[in-house]
Amino acid sequence: MIWIAIRMLTGDKQKFYGLLFGIAFSTLLITQQLTIFVNLIERGASGVYNVPTADVWVMDEVSRTTDVNLPMPSTALDRVRGVPGVEWAVPHLRANASVRTNEGDLEGVSVIGVDDATLIGLPKVMLEGDPNVLSQPSSVIIDDVGTTRFFPEGESPIGARLELNDQRAVIRGIADAIPSFTSQVTLYTKYSQALNYVPGTRNRLSFVLVGASDTVSADELTDRIEAQTGLRARTRDEFAQDGVDFIIENTGIPLNFGITVLLGFIVGVAIVGLTFSLFIRDNIKQFGALKAIGVTNAKIRRMVAAQAGLVGIIGYGFGIIGTVIFIWGFSADPTFKGFYIPWQIPIISLAAVFIILALTGWIALRNVLKTEPAAVFR
Amino acid sequence: MSDQVKQPAIRTRGVIRDFKAGQQTIRVLHGIDLDVCPGELTYLVGESGSGKTTMISIMCGILWPTEGEVEVFGTDIYSLTDTELVNFRLQNIGFIFQQYNLIPSIDAASNAAVPLIAQGMGRKEARARAVKMLEKLNIADQADKLPNQLSGGQQQRVAIARALVHEPRLVVCDEPTAALDAKSGRRVMDLLREVGVAEDRSVIIVTHDNRIFDLADRILVLEDGRITHDGTEMPEDH
Repeated sequence: MIWIAIRMLTGDKQKFYGLLFGIAFSTLLITQQLTIFVNLIERGASGVYNVPTADVWVMDEVSRTTDVNLPMPSTALDRVRGVPGVEWAVPHLRANASVRTNEGDLEGVSVIGVDDATLIGLPKVMLEGDPNVLSQPSSVIIDDVGTTRFFPEGESPIGARLELNDQRAVIRGIADAIPSFTSQVTLYTKYSQALNYVPGTRNRLSFVLVGASDTVSADELTDRIEAQTGLRARTRDEFAQDGVDFIIENTGIPLNFGITVLLGFIVGVAIVGLTFSLFIRDNIKQFGALKAIGVTNAKIRRMVAAQAGLVGIIGYGFGIIGTVIFIWGFSADPTFKGFYIPWQIPIISLAAVFIILALTGWIALRNVLKTEPAAVFR
Repeated sequence: MSDQVKQPAIRTRGVIRDFKAGQQTIRVLHGIDLDVCPGELTYLVGESGSGKTTMISIMCGILWPTEGEVEVFGTDIYSLTDTELVNFRLQNIGFIFQQYNLIPSIDAASNAAVPLIAQGMGRKEARARAVKMLEKLNIADQADKLPNQLSGGQQQRVAIARALVHEPRLVVCDEPTAALDAKSGRRVMDLLREVGVAEDRSVIIVTHDNRIFDLADRILVLEDGRITHDGTEMPEDH
């Protein structure tokens, strides 16, 4: 009977494709929007993930994220270095500055000052150049977002001069960095050089990056640092999560994406529900005849479930493939750089598809089950 | 075994059926007592609204009577559970609907095989048996065609094949010739008699097609929910 059910469904091509479209569209909308949402809010942690060597981030107690920070006095660095279990501690500066572009426009950039001696604070991978280029005067390393933002395609930014807060900066390398939440261009330079580029107040030290010794865990070290220095210390993972939480708490992004996901679900229910009901209505005489002949309600349920299952599997597959094509298609765009589909999202979409089909299938099935076999003689 | 002791194919006693229409209760059948013998081609004849569709629905176990007993080949069908009744129909009754109700997206042979597939037989075997039945009905060459590629008469034969493929003991037909011309109608009736009627089988036909009245073994006339005539020919006043 399952075979008959499948043929009944696929034989009505318009409705079959309509159902597939409904499920595929819903899956695409839910999966794609959730994927963008997750990747976007994870950008709130990009500043942390771009510095993989730091086990602990130390900051003023009011600082919340890599971008929302209150600079500390330079003495904080020595206080941190004095804490037992600290293998190394280096200064880290993060500030905003303005760059005048070749077209004469002003563009806001992030300036990151990394430790002069060890260059800790730079992203792990360089796309062009070597980290040591920072030892040359006025050197900056630009992130790959900046190369596409400031320079025409095909033009190498290496050697280009920028007017950074009225001072000269020469690009000598390109870093492979995860873009920030706002996809702002980031320039990396030595800490001492960054102090010149960024006009400041008395306190200039944004963070102290710490490496834990082998004898102590990052969690334990954060407790020690906080106890001994009165500063705020967060492990790498904690601070990354802080960045994500900050975006969730302070922007309308979750609500907006949530609305879109909900709309995807509602559109799915509407299209699939309507098409399924039409399909059942068109075949109600056949279902009635089957019931009269001697097909039990349980078998009818299985038939409708098989029809829903087939539509679900194919439609869901198309939706997921659509999302993969979307993410893959935009992977070259810096805005979508590094985007991936977390494994949980297809499962969430699958659950949504299941609910859509269970709901619409149940509504459609009710009409079939309510149909008296005797109706076929009327 | 003599005819006198032969078990009736259908035996009804005091069958009453009421329908609710708003506040009103309308009695459609008024205590029908009836015995239909095996080996007979029985017509149930009556005007629209006379209760013949209700009667045939009750006799084949798809509509519960308000009161009364219905036995089909000795089984009190309305004492069965729902599932038992559905299975009883599947094993013992073949249906031919006025509008055929073939499944449009499967071919003629598969349509004819539906009762066998519903009984759990494998699709290949069921289809092979259905093709044999289509052969009997001289339509095997159309076995691979979809219903919409067949003429009305051919669709009717597929519907007959579906009703007979699982060799039911009772075949119930609703206006089987209504959509056919006189010649095709008579051919369908000949086929039904040839294939459907046997010593241990019975065919009941609901019809008001006077072109085929002469083919019946027995004619029951239903008027206002009561049997007003029971004979081998139609009464003269009809």
